[in-house]
Amino acid sequence: MRTSLLQGWKVRTGLGVIGFFVLLALAGPWLTASVPGLDPRANDLTAIGLPPSAEHWLGTTQFGQDVLAQTIEGARGSLFVGFLSAVIGTALAILVGLPAGYFGGRTDAWLNFLSNLFIVMPVLPLILIVAGYMQGTGLWVIALIIGFFGWSGGARTIRAQAMSVSNRDFVLAMRTLGEPHRRLLFHEVLPHLTGWIAAMFLQGVIGGVMAEAGLAFLGISDSGAISWGTMIQAAQQQSAVLRGMWWWFVPPGLCIALVATAATLVNFGVDELANPKLRTVRQRTRRPRGSEAR
Amino acid sequence: MTATTPVLSAVDVTKHFTVRSAVGARSVVRAVEGASLDLHRGRVVALVGESGSGKTTLARVLAGFYAPTSGEVALEGVPVRQRRGRVERGYHKDVQIVFQDPFGSLNPLHRVRHNLERPLRLHHGVRGRAELDRRVRELLERVALTPAEQYADKFPHELSGGQRQRVVIARALAVEPKVLLGDEPVSMLDVSIRLEMLNLLDRLRAEDGLALLYITHDIAGARYLCDEVVVMYAGEMVEGGPKEQVIADPLHPYTRLLVDSSPDPGRGARDRERLFDADADGLGEPPSLIDPPSGCRFHPRCPFAMDVCRTQAPPRTDLADGRWTRCWLHHPTQETE
Amino acid sequence: MSTQTAHDTRPAARAASGDVLHVTGLTVEYGTDGDPVRACTDVTFTLRRGEILGVAGESGSGKSTLITALTRLQRPPAATTAGSIVFHPRDGGPAVDLVTASPRTLRALRWTSLSIVLQSAMDALNPVMRLGAQFADVLRTHDRTLDRKAAWARAAELLTTVGISGDRVRSYPHELSGGMRQRAGIALALACGPELVVMDEPTTAVDVVMQRQILAQVLRLRRTLGFAVVFVTHDLSLLLELADRIAIMYAGRIVELGTAQELYDAPRHPYTRGLRDSFPPLRAPLWRLTGIPGTPPDLRRPPSGCPFHPRCPQRFAGCDTHLPVLGEAGGAHLVACRLDDGDAAATGTERTTDGGDR
Repeated sequence: MRTSLLQGWKVRTGLGVIGFFVLLALAGPWLTASVPGLDPRANDLTAIGLPPSAEHWLGTTQFGQDVLAQTIEGARGSLFVGFLSAVIGTALAILVGLPAGYFGGRTDAWLNFLSNLFIVMPVLPLILIVAGYMQGTGLWVIALIIGFFGWSGGARTIRAQAMSVSNRDFVLAMRTLGEPHRRLLFHEVLPHLTGWIAAMFLQGVIGGVMAEAGLAFLGISDSGAISWGTMIQAAQQQSAVLRGMWWWFVPPGLCIALVATAATLVNFGVDELANPKLRTVRQRTRRPRGSEAR
Repeated sequence: MTATTPVLSAVDVTKHFTVRSAVGARSVVRAVEGASLDLHRGRVVALVGESGSGKTTLARVLAGFYAPTSGEVALEGVPVRQRRGRVERGYHKDVQIVFQDPFGSLNPLHRVRHNLERPLRLHHGVRGRAELDRRVRELLERVALTPAEQYADKFPHELSGGQRQRVVIARALAVEPKVLLGDEPVSMLDVSIRLEMLNLLDRLRAEDGLALLYITHDIAGARYLCDEVVVMYAGEMVEGGPKEQVIADPLHPYTRLLVDSSPDPGRGARDRERLFDADADGLGEPPSLIDPPSGCRFHPRCPFAMDVCRTQAPPRTDLADGRWTRCWLHHPTQETE
Repeated sequence: MSTQTAHDTRPAARAASGDVLHVTGLTVEYGTDGDPVRACTDVTFTLRRGEILGVAGESGSGKSTLITALTRLQRPPAATTAGSIVFHPRDGGPAVDLVTASPRTLRALRWTSLSIVLQSAMDALNPVMRLGAQFADVLRTHDRTLDRKAAWARAAELLTTVGISGDRVRSYPHELSGGMRQRAGIALALACGPELVVMDEPTTAVDVVMQRQILAQVLRLRRTLGFAVVFVTHDLSLLLELADRIAIMYAGRIVELGTAQELYDAPRHPYTRGLRDSFPPLRAPLWRLTGIPGTPPDLRRPPSGCPFHPRCPQRFAGCDTHLPVLGEAGGAHLVACRLDDGDAAATGTERTTDGGDR
């Protein structure tokens, strides 16, 4: 299964791009610290609002900060929020959707009510209010808020899929053998949802990165932390567009678009795995050679 | 326990389902009505009927998936208690079910070994690699999947339909049940391997003294395997008794229609025109179970329908040789009149 | 030629003369990246006018592939790679090779000369159209002069022939039961008076009682309309009662072809015998049957030699290397088994008695 996932160019490209940004985020602090002139927080008063040059590859901001250094540091912030919110959102979606679909009946009615509630809730104003109450909105808090408000759609998907898998004969058969519900849920039903969960997670990463940028743009962000969102927000505040300082907001914007595209590409591949139709075609064309090798 | 106590019995079991249509109208599907059935040690009962006759519903009631609307299921004479539609866990130590679709009843993500080890761990507390391996090998050998080592580590998709169904049976046997319910266990298998499966079930009945319920629409196959036949029509049991008598000389007009309609290779191609000489034309189809006909449910299709058939459901009439039927034609009052 | 006169004036006697279909060396492959799987290999048979030819086989025997090839309904990756399917029209027109026929020719043949009833015919009806409208569509495609009213009247008439009351033309498919829809599907297939009807397990989805009713109607209609039928099913016991001749398929090849009587009384191929003995009798005394041990072959890796040899109880030296071809075994009875090669005559007689003493 893993090998066939890696076969398509889409998945490879997507994973490549995401991998690049993850590496960038991980190596960011070391990179910015070891390369002179790449300190994202240093204000170089001699270089204010300069276009890209040999010294500052991506130019500098109105405050004399290096845009490249900020973009690297921003990857760390944005991806941190993206991944953490996706983890939280996916976990909540599974916790609510899986039992709802598996048990059905009253359990389903309550859990489904809960996810419907979160779907119709006006999330953005709520986030604004919650974030306003939270003192010192660090990236942690932002990720928590995004994850907490963004699980409901996924829960509906998981519920529908869990319901269809739970009704298959093998679940009934294993129940008849005396398997406890816990094992049926996590050993029989959940593994069949891997594809959907993976897709949901990637969707969550995109959503998280975007939501963080959106919130930062609205002014809800950690003033100390640097993310692609805060970069764009700073550029907007200093009227970078009007001043023609494109190098300030294009790199972070492009990075967000790249990460989103890459995650979508990977999703295509995951979709092929989750979608039985696409999968059988793949297997049928592959099996003869594979089985000979075995 | 006396020798005559059935291992599993259904006593006057009725199962209704309430369905709601999109506009909220409720209707009741009368899937099984007043069904009684006894399964004895080492004996095979065939439950024969068309699709929609309620035979699968009855099997699922017996398997403890549904609570009966009325009537009861008794395991060795003791009524089975159900809580919120689910039977107690111990029940499945004695009663196991084999489904029709061997492709659907094995989780595609688990190896054969996993399927057999779980019941061993759950019901017999088997621990330890060596002991598990030995028991798994034994089970596979009993369902003739040999050499066992070759099959234990396979995934379901690497097996043929017949091999999968053998794994399903082995999995049920791992529990060491007293009763095995087979819900059309061979109808999705290739013709040429069905008999091997029937022979396997027959051997298990003989060796282990399993009580077997064999649900099928294939009356010839039922005759091959079972001791006793029970015929269902539109949710009701219409006739039952020793297989040879029931098939050779059906009492109920529906049983006769069913037997006459079934292909019989022994009949050969000699008189085709007569075989398909259809006055079968106007015989209609099974009724809706939401609004079944009053009286005997078969009366709209019955060539012998009388006035009483239209108004009153026929009671069970017991006849000689353990045969019985629900038909006014054979009711004592009819013969005296 | 109006459809109405087409079947009214047809002399029933003419239906007996001549052949309607010659299939020669038909080979169908599922191409998968230069590693093709042969689902049908060298299939050759003749269909006589007005005859019911049964095709029996298990899963993977290639019977469904044969159907889609015959009707040119196959879709990639399946492709006919060799052979011909020559159709001889009743009116003496030029013979048509269905393998090479253009889409336009095929369109002209469909419904009027060649029609198909599928296992899922009951689902083949359009759920949002009244039955009459669907019949009218088919009828008017092939006879433009027919007006709406006449077409609906004809539709009602056709439904009556399969035992559905004529006023049902105004019904939607979901208002009919499964058995009725299946019969409506058969009526639709017969709407334009075809010479050849291909039926792919038309009664597997219905119950035995309904099955007998449907087949009784098919037989009766064949008697009056004189069409030929290729009837594909896995149920040999049904074919033995229904078909004139039966072709047994195994691993994509016809292994035996003969009349129903011959195949039942004296099957020559061990597979045919095994298949025949896989159906327990309904009335005859019971004895222990064994079916056929083993599993049907994987067409991706067909066995060498005779494809049946791994399961054959009578295999002998050479079966695993020599591929037997379909040859005569007395009269029109054809069999592909090395037991029936000329020099094995002694074994042959022995086996015939062996088959007859049951």
